[in-house]
Amino acid sequence: MIFWIIAGWVGFVLCPWYGVEDGFFSFEWLVDGYPFEEDYSPAAFLIGQGEKLWLAPLLIPLLLPLLALGREKSDPTYFRILTVAGALGFGWLIIQGFSIGIRGFNFQWMNAAFGALGDRQFGMGYGAMICASAFLFLFTQGIAARGAVNGDVFVVGAIGGVVTIVAAFVFFPIANMLFSAFVTDEGAYSLSAFVGKFFDDRLWGLGCFFGARCGAALNSLVLAIAVGFITTVLGLAFALVVTRSGFRWKRILRALTVLPIITPPFVIGLALILLFGLSGSVTVFFADLFGTQPTRWLYGMPGVLIAQTLAFTPIAFLVLIGVVEGVSPSMEEAAQTLRANRWKTFRTVSLPLMRPGLANAFLLGFIESMADFGNPLVLGGNFDVLSTEIFFAIVGAQYDQGRAAVLAMVLLFFTLSAFFAQRAWLGKKSYTTVSGKGDAGVHPLMPMGLAIPAMIVAISWAIFTATVYGMIVYGSVVELWGVNNSLTFKHYVTAFSIRIEEEGIRWTGAAWDSFWTTITIAAIAAPLTGAVGLVTAYLLTRQSFAGKSAFEFGTMLSFAIPGTVIGVSYILAFNVPPIEITGTGIILVVSFIFRNMPVGVRAGIASMSQLDKSLDESSLTLGANSWHTFRRVILPLLRPAILAALVYSFVRAMTAISAVIFLVSAEYDMATSYIIGRVENNDYGLAIAYSTTLIFVMLSAVALMQLIVGRTQIGRRMTQSRTNV
Amino acid sequence: MSIASKAAPIRFEGVSKKFGKDVVAVDNIDLAVDAGKLVTLLGPSGCGKTTTLRMIAGLEMATSGRITIGDVDVTKLPATDRDVSMVFQSYALFPHMSVLENVMYGLTFSGFGKGEARSRALQGLELVDLKGFDGRLPAELSGGQQQRVAVARALVLEPQVLLFDEPLSNLDAKLRRQVREDIRGIQQELGLTVVYVTHDQEEALAVSDEIVVMRNAAIAQTGTPRELYDAPNDRFVADFIGEANLIECQIVELDGGTAMIEIEGYRHQLPARGLSPGPATLAVRPSRIVLDSERGVHATVAKATYVGVRMEYTLEGGFGQVFAVQDDVDKPLEVGTDLYMSFAEKGPVLLPGEA
Repeated sequence: MIFWIIAGWVGFVLCPWYGVEDGFFSFEWLVDGYPFEEDYSPAAFLIGQGEKLWLAPLLIPLLLPLLALGREKSDPTYFRILTVAGALGFGWLIIQGFSIGIRGFNFQWMNAAFGALGDRQFGMGYGAMICASAFLFLFTQGIAARGAVNGDVFVVGAIGGVVTIVAAFVFFPIANMLFSAFVTDEGAYSLSAFVGKFFDDRLWGLGCFFGARCGAALNSLVLAIAVGFITTVLGLAFALVVTRSGFRWKRILRALTVLPIITPPFVIGLALILLFGLSGSVTVFFADLFGTQPTRWLYGMPGVLIAQTLAFTPIAFLVLIGVVEGVSPSMEEAAQTLRANRWKTFRTVSLPLMRPGLANAFLLGFIESMADFGNPLVLGGNFDVLSTEIFFAIVGAQYDQGRAAVLAMVLLFFTLSAFFAQRAWLGKKSYTTVSGKGDAGVHPLMPMGLAIPAMIVAISWAIFTATVYGMIVYGSVVELWGVNNSLTFKHYVTAFSIRIEEEGIRWTGAAWDSFWTTITIAAIAAPLTGAVGLVTAYLLTRQSFAGKSAFEFGTMLSFAIPGTVIGVSYILAFNVPPIEITGTGIILVVSFIFRNMPVGVRAGIASMSQLDKSLDESSLTLGANSWHTFRRVILPLLRPAILAALVYSFVRAMTAISAVIFLVSAEYDMATSYIIGRVENNDYGLAIAYSTTLIFVMLSAVALMQLIVGRTQIGRRMTQSRTNV
Repeated sequence: MSIASKAAPIRFEGVSKKFGKDVVAVDNIDLAVDAGKLVTLLGPSGCGKTTTLRMIAGLEMATSGRITIGDVDVTKLPATDRDVSMVFQSYALFPHMSVLENVMYGLTFSGFGKGEARSRALQGLELVDLKGFDGRLPAELSGGQQQRVAVARALVLEPQVLLFDEPLSNLDAKLRRQVREDIRGIQQELGLTVVYVTHDQEEALAVSDEIVVMRNAAIAQTGTPRELYDAPNDRFVADFIGEANLIECQIVELDGGTAMIEIEGYRHQLPARGLSPGPATLAVRPSRIVLDSERGVHATVAKATYVGVRMEYTLEGGFGQVFAVQDDVDKPLEVGTDLYMSFAEKGPVLLPGEA
């Protein structure tokens, strides 16, 4: 408690209250007029100079906890003082933050009530943030002292922390965006503005049946259903071939599951252009063969469909392999001893048991396709889908925030419905029948009638995938695809040349800037993602508290929010105080943390539920508190899971495009958005060379992780905690 | 310096535990465990014995009532702050720490310096005969050894109360007898207060100073092993502690503390235990049935099983079925033999109510 009281005072008296212009990590302010220069001044000095007087009330909640010093924890005044001080301080920070912005009061009625404010304020800086966390944790300590969660200070604090950041960086921006859908061009709130945009023909139009264009929402929906269905079927074929056939190169098929993790989403689209585009090799080959004119058939629905199917089949495969293996062999053996033949066993026992998994795979494919941004951008042509429409509404000439918000709402509605459907359905029926305890038995082989088509589908698709990836590598060393097919390293040189001079290495390549930015941002985001995810997973698996299911729901929700929606909502919400981070590296880091958090949470939950709860309990009865237990027992046992989560969120941050493209700035450009920029300039060679480099960087990151994780196994328990994320 | 005991008594006063709104795991129990005694909580699964144990540990908080350890009211105290340690059914050894680190774990939170913690831990390992195993990982030990590490880890903290949650259930039958003797030996040597949960009545009889039989979230009977075996309060306890044949009978005469009962015309005398004339139940241990009597209740041998050390018989008659064991394996009775069955002088007890 003393720590947080001191922290509150430090934040108030020592650190600059507002965000420093030069960036979060620059400490120039220390020498530049601090502490009296208004821009860098701590709150206490501002008040002392008679400025920003609305910060003065914060002194009350800062002084109040001093009264609690020296009191017993069980004393009721102790918790009253702390909760009141915490709530007061935190509440006032938020109220003043939202009501006073860059142009004085943010709301008309406040101007009316208090008269126009001559002053203004900027985004929160160190001081404000430290103060806010001090108030928050004083509050949670108060609640803990009152007896919440058995009076466990660490657990209550962790819950408070996670709830606050999720509220600030998931719910606040989304809610903010939803509101802006109701705003007219003049800035007034109006339902008709929303209705007008919502029923726009560009959204729901059925024109494509009459030779014109269909609405973006309809396009997205049809595409997503088709992708969901095809990827599920292909994924099932793969899963069956790997687990229930005598196929020899299973390991190669399994390696496919790594591909979507390491591939930036639009790369598949690029490779397809190389194959089937106007000057693509296959197109040209057939055009020469039949003497026809090459067509642009790829650009539009077919191209996007193929690209997404290629990109997301491995995801369905990953889900279904678990499902197919999860069907207890003894069930199938029981069916066989009851005189069912292989085909009947498969049809009447195995397949029904897999049904929830199939639904899950379908919904995942659906959500991924809805949220995919890169492939439609590269291949869409005139085929509008929601995610790209949102992008053009924001960055295009039309600049229509309201329209972007409405589109984002429709997209969010689709993905959330799928997410709800998934939860509602799978919540009731989980047929995973392997209990983890010795279930000796062997999965029967597939019936022949199924094995042959499954094998054919799986193998031809695997070959297709391999070809596509081969094209990526090959394409990166071709001078100008379709025009000049001579081999060259020119693109790599343009992108990644270095010059060694006397001062050291000069990174002269065009791509280095965005490359290093990407690596830095991803490296900062990864541990934070892992930490937030693991703490959340710990709370969900190991603690029980009021509102736990709502808590779980809230944290998993961001999984269903497409990146484009996150991107739009972030620039809308964080462009203005109190959290003013648009255009900084921080917004990228934050968006990665909350985009990838559900993955960390899931990995954490999966491996934590493998750890017997009696381990925690024995640590507690041995006198360790829950923080010690978390740090000394749970964390070390989760080391492989942590590493996996770290690498995974690192790699995801490197390949992300959908949210990123809204949030990058000239100073903080990311690799993916740089590549998209090259593609838009028709500079395919450089784009593909860069993509190839990224794939190899990430492949080595994943391989390194596998190597290390493979070595840090302690005993049998650890092998179980290796999770496939 | 050696491992000492700070044994303290435990008291439960009107303690209840509810899960959710309507699942009552423990219903208003009163319990007193004296310092330095080994008390067993015994009962079928779901009777609330493990919940009771976890409430002593502080892993579950009582919904109502008062729990004291020594003179301290610990009702609201979390596990971390109670001077109690526990040996878990799964042992719960930390797999990433060596045996020594496991045993030192609790000591480091008890304010001991590193050297002190280390020497205490080594001493604890010596006490459980695991000297020299300190560098190993738990996975490199056998089940029995892991069990002993878990015991050492709990012991070295010199807790006021030591708890065992079905400590033998993961061991094979032969090892069980030895480990339970070891546990009992250490407990008696150090004078520890131990609460021990089991569902195995033989284990309970073997190790306990006192047994608390639980049923349906409440205490059915408390007493020494002998009291429970020889004088169960009711049919549940009679049947749960050792097997008992329950036979309907009539109390026909009372003479002071002695009752005369009648079963199908056969009369037998035994302590009345405060019952009044009328229908009652006779509880007879299988070993207390005498088969080759001149007089008694008429019965037929329905099954005869040879199990090595003794013969086991199922007898049928007008009273229903009874199960009897005989030490004489050399002259087994044949199935179908008609005989008269009577009861041993000591052993059979009267229970209230009809069978």
